[in-house]
Amino acid sequence: MKELMLTNQAIALGAWEAGVRVVSSYPGTPSTEITENTAKYREIHSEWAPNEKVALEVGIGASMAGARAMVCMKHVGLNVAADPLFTAAYTGVNGGLVIVVADDPGMHSSQNEQDSRFYARSAHVPMVEPADSAEAAEYVAWALDLSEAYDTPVILRTTTRIAHAQSVVEIGERKEVPLKEYKKDAPKYTMLPAHAKGRHLVVEARENRLKADCLSFPQNRVEMRDASVGVVCAGAIYQHVREAMPTASVFKLGMVYPLPIAAIGEFAKQVDKLLVVEELEPFIENQLKANGIPCVGKELFGLQGEITVATIKQKVLGEAAPVAAKVPARPPLLCAGCPHRGVYYVLHKLHCVVNSDIGCYTLGALAPLSAVDSVVCMGASLGMAHGFKYARPDANNVAVIGDSTFVHSGITGLINAVYNQSGITLIILDNRTTGMTGHQDHPATGKTCMGDAAPRLDLERLCLACGVAKVDVVDPYDMQAFETVLKDALADSKERVIITRRACIMKERVKDAKPLVVKDCRGCGKCLGLGCPAIVKRDGKAVIDGTQCLGCNLCREVCPFGCIGE
Amino acid sequence: MNILIVGVGGQGTLLAAKVLGEYATLMGLEVKLSEVHGMSQRGGSVVTHVRYGEEIHTPVIWEGGADVVLAFEPLEALRYAHFLAAGGRVLTNSTPLPPMSVATGLATYPDVQASLDATYVPATDLALRAGSIKCVNMVMLGALTKLLGLDYDVMKKAILGVVKKALDLNLEAVRLGYEAL
Repeated sequence: MKELMLTNQAIALGAWEAGVRVVSSYPGTPSTEITENTAKYREIHSEWAPNEKVALEVGIGASMAGARAMVCMKHVGLNVAADPLFTAAYTGVNGGLVIVVADDPGMHSSQNEQDSRFYARSAHVPMVEPADSAEAAEYVAWALDLSEAYDTPVILRTTTRIAHAQSVVEIGERKEVPLKEYKKDAPKYTMLPAHAKGRHLVVEARENRLKADCLSFPQNRVEMRDASVGVVCAGAIYQHVREAMPTASVFKLGMVYPLPIAAIGEFAKQVDKLLVVEELEPFIENQLKANGIPCVGKELFGLQGEITVATIKQKVLGEAAPVAAKVPARPPLLCAGCPHRGVYYVLHKLHCVVNSDIGCYTLGALAPLSAVDSVVCMGASLGMAHGFKYARPDANNVAVIGDSTFVHSGITGLINAVYNQSGITLIILDNRTTGMTGHQDHPATGKTCMGDAAPRLDLERLCLACGVAKVDVVDPYDMQAFETVLKDALADSKERVIITRRACIMKERVKDAKPLVVKDCRGCGKCLGLGCPAIVKRDGKAVIDGTQCLGCNLCREVCPFGCIGE
Repeated sequence: MNILIVGVGGQGTLLAAKVLGEYATLMGLEVKLSEVHGMSQRGGSVVTHVRYGEEIHTPVIWEGGADVVLAFEPLEALRYAHFLAAGGRVLTNSTPLPPMSVATGLATYPDVQASLDATYVPATDLALRAGSIKCVNMVMLGALTKLLGLDYDVMKKAILGVVKKALDLNLEAVRLGYEAL
């Protein structure tokens, strides 16, 4: 049976077909739907780990025990998982282990554009890169076979334009892969220096073997057409190149690390000019140049953003690209009724320095709330607020983090703040879900990835156990109550935590809420400062769009003249 | 056929793309879709790509490559009009959703009808007439079916295959969109 399928769903299918038993991941765009889909197969234990490091460690453990395992994350997640990755490259595997990493060139939903291919090179693990949904499903099985054949974790890389593209996939059967025998083997799995020295030599020998073998992998293939130009490419770029330059010869890489250097060298000899088209870093280009293969790449394309068919036509073929009309931007917004909005409104009003974090609430940075001073990486709000407070003890700065992000990597920052006594105030925006990635469960929601009940991590008790002086829980719809607690916490020299608790509006609507209306607006514009998509200024007065308003009442709270009601 | 579906996060561009994907599959054509999830879904400008035909390589439509820009909001039609190929057409909902800069009075909503040669459909009104503002996407699919001369019955079949909720309402929205042109 054939089905039009999102590549992330195809990766889940590929894992199921290839006999994967364990999947552990942390949600991150554009990788999230892989694990949401493996969770639909009862033969696979699928879980949301608190973060990518734990997820990879779970994968390594399952592999060591003899099971085929898969771990999924976005590019920045691989930074978090880098610690186990570099040493798992030494231990190797027992059951096959595939790490799926999704890069986001163009930053559709990310804070940087890092190129994960360098992890493969630095950790000396092979990396494969599919070019559509069907290939993605096949490559999961291939990666697992490679993993077992070469005794190494294998990284499967996607980018947004692969992960979130749909094409047709043939649905196959599951191949049951029996657990491999587990034998204690300390020199392989216990990385004391004495053992690790031996394993490093194994890694080097393995990579040399792969460098030779990849010359004949059928997934690295030459498509000879017109010999005037040859293009080396992989993944989504392969599809763009085929579209933009249908007559060009192509060396399509299925494995992007290690590269089949000698085979590309042969291809280069058959074409007049060799072009490397790759997004982000000159990863392929520099390796070819280092091996004496002349080619053209980044001098045409640069490092930033996505490469499209139009970019290729423009940079390679010299065709002018159409120019976009200048129109008002439409950045994403906190939803109407979002429980985060009132918190940011108060923080903005009190001129707090806000060290924020990664999630929907990052959107509090945009006008008119303009409440956020910094966003760096998962959990950074705490460390940064602590550092900021030490450098400027009189600052009224706060750390703001979501519930899922706090569990991911905020807890250690809180422990540090208490241990080193900066007296910061932490606000946990607890909306009972992982919002931005599409509502995944986490340890504090009381539900697993597979929909089963789980013990709920108690955030209040956890924070108290970290040693904070006080934990207050407030409803973020009650801005007055929040402001009172916040002022009290800011005046305190001790570390304080405020948990603003209300379910994400997309998950749980306000009970019996009616859309609000504005009567006799005096045009003061206070309500517009909330940045609510349901409130529009028309002829100098505020108007509420009844089709969008979800009755959160924040505008009613801020209106100084009582003009807003049901 | 390259159809760029543009709109505001929450207007259902993903579902519309899925229906068109199903339509092309039912017609026995190769089809590829490209979408973006995550941050851009939160009320921001969204783009979904639908390509179908005999042989499709990239799932991503390029600037100058769209046969149709199917817009669920007029400002978004204007924003992505440069994706049109020579001879391409814009089909757009005529009801604006002002972005935050316009809503707060910091920017002016452009006069789209004056600057963009397009087929305008009162899709928001028709969706409300069908019973829900959420089916603007289905109204626009109906209008697209008429504009491109697609097979109405196959389109209905595609919707039945993809849309799981409020079928009567959605089919009514498609009908209203179809008859609006």
